[in-house]
Amino acid sequence: MAKNKAPAPPKVQAFADHHVITPPNTLKHAIRRVIDRDLDDPVARAEQALANLSGEFKTWMRSECDRLSAAHTAILKKGFDTHTRGELFRAAHDIKGDASTFGFPAAGAAAESLCRILEHAPDLDAVPPDLIQHHIDAIQAIVREHNTIEKAGVANELSARLRAVADDYLMVVNRDRPDHLEMISAPSIVPKE
Amino acid sequence: MFRIDFNKLRFLVCDDNPHMRRILRTLLHSFGAREVYEAEDGATALEMYSHYVPDIVIADWAMPIFDGLELAQMIRQPDSKGNPYAPIIMLTGHSEKRRITMARDAGVTEFLAKPISAKGLYLRIMSVVAHPRPFIKTKNYFGPDRRRNTTVAYIGPERRNGGEAEVLQQPSLLDKARVTG
Repeated sequence: MAKNKAPAPPKVQAFADHHVITPPNTLKHAIRRVIDRDLDDPVARAEQALANLSGEFKTWMRSECDRLSAAHTAILKKGFDTHTRGELFRAAHDIKGDASTFGFPAAGAAAESLCRILEHAPDLDAVPPDLIQHHIDAIQAIVREHNTIEKAGVANELSARLRAVADDYLMVVNRDRPDHLEMISAPSIVPKE
Repeated sequence: MFRIDFNKLRFLVCDDNPHMRRILRTLLHSFGAREVYEAEDGATALEMYSHYVPDIVIADWAMPIFDGLELAQMIRQPDSKGNPYAPIIMLTGHSEKRRITMARDAGVTEFLAKPISAKGLYLRIMSVVAHPRPFIKTKNYFGPDRRRNTTVAYIGPERRNGGEAEVLQQPSLLDKARVTG
């Protein structure tokens, strides 16, 4: 279903060490002027559609936890290699990115802490197994016991303590790796909720 | 006041997570998009990019086979037979400044840090549709103009030579990524 009509060639300006290329604006046909009091609100419409989906979020979160658990089990059996590390990282990273949308922000924070260990520990085989296990257990508990512990603030406390322990560990094992120390200490661009 | 006719745009969504694909599809359809194609890894996305010729690519970073960053680099091949200019919006759980720099240097047009919001996605799409940037080709970069201001004080190693710069005044990719909602 490729488009048939070839776009006009881009305008190219040559300079001493670079070219400035202005491609034809093939998307301008999608811009429409509307009256200022246009009541259609696509963002509100999309937020409502997302709210309609929210009944499925808990099920989705549980399946993300199952995926995380399976990836961790594979590591316990086979140890860390490129594949098993990648699977665990992607599972944790997806929870980090999706958990807030699904209504489990504390699980996302714990998953972020796990991602940092997987990304910055110089030797994953030397990471205390309990440190990883506690992260996996915490994420699952936060999701499983969502209605009770989230309300009591326990979930946030659990994630914060895990992050503190993980950060302490990463600061020690990276003491001779200034580039990693800088990355570990750098603030997130995502504001805290 | 301007609006986007989403039904005139073709999207390619690339994310290995089926839940996130479902959310993106829901948001895009709610905006009014009809053509939303989905790929679950970078290799499939590249194939679909050639086949469907999407107007806008929305890609996750962390994916199997090859990731969103590599996908962006493969799309941004100035001599390719396909379209190297399509806007690429990187939607990712990565939230570190250095990641934004890496994405920018791979030719990514906009960066959207998760958690996703309808407003954040809408604003990024509005930005790439309404304010397209020229492309720059140097010996080691091909992609949307990375300059966001016209300071003459810059003396860094990548100072361009020859000719006055025409710069669209925009907030930096980092500042935009920091904006929530």
